[in-house]
Amino acid sequence: MDYATLEPSLYTVKAVFILDNDGNRLLSKYYDPELYPSMKEQKNFERNVFNKTHKADNEIAFLEGMTVVYKSSIDLFFYVVGSPQENELMLVAVLSCLFESLSQILRKNVERRCLLDNMEGVFLIVDEIIDGGVILESDPQQVLQKVNYRVDENPLSEQSVAQKHTVGVLSYLTCLVQSKTYLSCCYWRRFGQGETKAEQTELYYRTSN
Amino acid sequence: MELKQGPNSRHSHTGFPGVTGNGSNPFQHLEKSAVLQEARIFNETPINPRRCLHILTKIIYLLNQGEHFGTTEATEAFFAMTRLFQSNDQTLRRMCYLTIKEMANISEDVIIVTSSLTKDMTGKEDVYRGPAIRALCRITDSTMLQAIERYMKQAIVDKVPSVSSSALVSSLHMVKRSYDVVKRWVNEAQEAASSDNIMVQYHALGLLYHLRKNDRLAVTKMLNKFTKSGLKSPFAYCMLIRIASKLLDETEGGHDSPLFDFIESCLRNKNEMVVYEAASAIVHMPNCTARELAPAVSVLQLFCSSPKAALRYAAVRTLNKVAMKHPSAVTACNLDLENLITDSNRSIATLAITTLLKTGSESSVDRLMKQISSFVSEISDEFKVVVVQAISSLCQKYPRKHSVMMNFLSNMLRDDGGFEYKRAIVDCIISIIEENPESKETGLAHLCEFIEDCEHTVLATKILHLLGKEGPRTPQPSKYIRFIFNRVVLESEAVRAAAVSALAKFGAQNDDLLPSVLVLMQRCMMDSDDEVRDRATFYMNVLQQKQKALNAAYIFNGLSVSIPGLEKSLHQYTLEPSEKPFDMKSVPLATAPITEHKTDMAPIATSKLPEKLAPSRQDIYQEQLAAIPEFQALGPLFKSSEQVQLTEAETEYVVRCIKHTFARHMVFQFDCTNTLNDQLLQKVVVQMEPSESYEVTNYIPATSLPYSQPGSCYTLVQLPDDDPTAVSCTFSCTMKYLVKDCDPNTGEPDDDGYDDEYVLEDLEVTVADHIQKVLKANFGAAWEEVGDEFEKEETFALASVQTLDEAVGNIISFLGMQPCERSDKVPENKNSHVLFLAGVFRGCHDVLVRARLALADGVTMQVTVRSSEETVVDVILASVG
Repeated sequence: MDYATLEPSLYTVKAVFILDNDGNRLLSKYYDPELYPSMKEQKNFERNVFNKTHKADNEIAFLEGMTVVYKSSIDLFFYVVGSPQENELMLVAVLSCLFESLSQILRKNVERRCLLDNMEGVFLIVDEIIDGGVILESDPQQVLQKVNYRVDENPLSEQSVAQKHTVGVLSYLTCLVQSKTYLSCCYWRRFGQGETKAEQTELYYRTSN
Repeated sequence: MELKQGPNSRHSHTGFPGVTGNGSNPFQHLEKSAVLQEARIFNETPINPRRCLHILTKIIYLLNQGEHFGTTEATEAFFAMTRLFQSNDQTLRRMCYLTIKEMANISEDVIIVTSSLTKDMTGKEDVYRGPAIRALCRITDSTMLQAIERYMKQAIVDKVPSVSSSALVSSLHMVKRSYDVVKRWVNEAQEAASSDNIMVQYHALGLLYHLRKNDRLAVTKMLNKFTKSGLKSPFAYCMLIRIASKLLDETEGGHDSPLFDFIESCLRNKNEMVVYEAASAIVHMPNCTARELAPAVSVLQLFCSSPKAALRYAAVRTLNKVAMKHPSAVTACNLDLENLITDSNRSIATLAITTLLKTGSESSVDRLMKQISSFVSEISDEFKVVVVQAISSLCQKYPRKHSVMMNFLSNMLRDDGGFEYKRAIVDCIISIIEENPESKETGLAHLCEFIEDCEHTVLATKILHLLGKEGPRTPQPSKYIRFIFNRVVLESEAVRAAAVSALAKFGAQNDDLLPSVLVLMQRCMMDSDDEVRDRATFYMNVLQQKQKALNAAYIFNGLSVSIPGLEKSLHQYTLEPSEKPFDMKSVPLATAPITEHKTDMAPIATSKLPEKLAPSRQDIYQEQLAAIPEFQALGPLFKSSEQVQLTEAETEYVVRCIKHTFARHMVFQFDCTNTLNDQLLQKVVVQMEPSESYEVTNYIPATSLPYSQPGSCYTLVQLPDDDPTAVSCTFSCTMKYLVKDCDPNTGEPDDDGYDDEYVLEDLEVTVADHIQKVLKANFGAAWEEVGDEFEKEETFALASVQTLDEAVGNIISFLGMQPCERSDKVPENKNSHVLFLAGVFRGCHDVLVRARLALADGVTMQVTVRSSEETVVDVILASVG
């Protein structure tokens, strides 16, 4: 904890990771080889952090001797980890840059499915924000310009899926009911905000019939 | 379908969510082998960028999930991937760079892509250049770095910010591996530092600092330049603040330097990040005055009401740290902190409350404790430890609150929690018990309850030891027996052994319990573990003798020798078989542990290393001295003193002395440092002139003393045999040596030298140098054991001393003995006190001192001394008088 031992250094970020609703890893990068060198330790750490943070959106926590800043969006959790001596606001700057940049390429639709569909964009953005623990860029506009990534209008993963299934209205509806997460994110976008869920469902039935 | 097609038309596709079945993760159930199979299409012509992109993404995703790739398969995929450089798809190319970085350590021959990357790095497409540099530096080792050095230098000063930043950051990564090459780029980095781009500025500053950090002058110059010219990047400002505070720390200069002014000026920066960094730097400076702290504290106070949780957290955490050393400086923030105690972020609330506990008044304690107990179960172990530490310091401050605290701690002890947390609670309860005798029984009761269900062996043995020490002296010792004996029945070997030792102490102290204890001991003698059986048998036999002296020596106060020393002596004894029994007195004594008061009680990343018994300072000296042939006949080292300065600070030569006492001799170790870079000293000795009948018998010179390399010389002195009462003596010391002038740069000395001498300060030997501290856990028993055969008593008036505290401190430092039974702490508002001191006099004679002090116009002191040797008693009384 002794501040005097903090060597001035550009190595600010110890780790960054994105987890889903169940605490599964979608992406994670550890920049300090001494911090959790093995995959098992990393996943334990992520699990512990997830358990302690997913219930309340508190932005910041101190866990296993590390400062962790975090942010959640629908079914995603974003974490940036730094040493306990690190300036917390620097870590927050990294986290918000990551979130803003992703929000832009995902068209404000920061949820698991969209993120996974654009995984290459996510990898590239993380690579432009942090290089080996050093903050490379903290301005989302600059990051987007450097990545120059366009959302694939018709991702391969879905093409192959679409070929396999006959898409009927009925199955579509059943699926809608099953997939609650989907309800909460896609509906809002399509029908605009303001209506209650019941109104949305009604509206949807009308439009689809 | 007549769906409204918004601008996000693509999502009408993904709008069939459940169609993919499971939680719609396109990467779920990916098979490594299948993906590698798919990677064969990399070789197809023409390249299908979209499909290839997707496969690369899958590979990186798998690597990220921790999937293991064998060298052969990784190399195969890597080589196939290199073909994708033929495509001009931007995203695909960027993903190739990522793949190269990810596979750099698992694939072989990654350097095959060097030329492709070099081409991209120097090409026309700016989008490729930065990432290509970073990928290239990842796979380049120091031998190949020279080949791309020219390009790197150009890239650092490139006008495109992303190229320059990438080159600077990559250079920084390579400083570790190839310092000698990278340091040649310092001019380019210097140029980049004056860039308009804020990130380039920051990265250039970071690289420059890493290249120059061992050259303080260069760092100072750099700092002056940048603090004057002003930077745009807030990150760079934070870096400058850290460099400045490190320099301030190293120079130990006053806070009136321009560096401090710079940090203070950053408190007025418009960026919060910089303001916080500056405030934090000021708070963490050692010996900061209240006036210097004030502006930093007031910006932190403002941050306390920020809507951003991270900023509130940062502010209150830093204030918490200020409160440890300067509680009064934080009092002004009490209102703002009060607002935070209900913060939804429990970490912030905890820190706010623990800060208030440090700064607030006694009356607010109950309210705050109630508040914190409402959510203590929600916070992480790290912060629970912070709470316990706050309680611990509170108990020292407001001893009257101990019952509230004890109650709170016992509740915490019952909750779930890890080892560090439980240990903190147990330590805290133990310290309360020691500070407040009236809380002893409740505290012991809580601890007894705790060990009934305690999974931590270390804590259980610690508590059992405490029970053995304190329990027998409580009004109702019998009630602890049950708790202790339960351990014998239920626990692991280590705990059982500790329980047996604790039981023995009850038997030794309380005659009425002895028969029952003996019965229990008998039961323990049938234990399955050797150690438990041995202890039980040993204690059984000692207890049956019913002799106070035996009890004191073998049950209450254990061995007082140094454990590594004992090990060494025993080993030595087994090497040389002899008829003589092993003599315990030949073993050097253990130096009594110095009770240190922890002041820094921040939430620490608790070390995971188990505590190891480190050899004490004296064990190290013993070893060093034994290696010198002249000192081998002196016997075991009895005591080593603290270092004594014999020169002023900042003189040509710095000399410190350590006094080593042996049975009949003393060795003076002079640690000398030559601070002149144009001189080499040779044959250095310190000549000593004693004032009393001490006799200098031998000098062992330091052969050579080059600039700034410390060396030691020794002087051996024989203590007067005929007059054992001559314990104090003053030596006048002169350092004598041969000087050779030498070249300050190369250190090459001239052939000729001349003799010179340097007068040092006088060195005193006092009675404390002849006495080793020994802790007697049970002073009363030890007092009886020594007996009153050579007891002497005298009364003194200490006219110059005004308080009991001062008197106690003076006696302890004068005699150099160990205070026992915590008698060095004088309770408040008392005008009489009894001090118990224990020690061993040179020649292995136990000596005990009981000093009754009374306060009335100065302090009156009645000293009673007991020892196994009459002269020792006389020596002590004579030296006190």
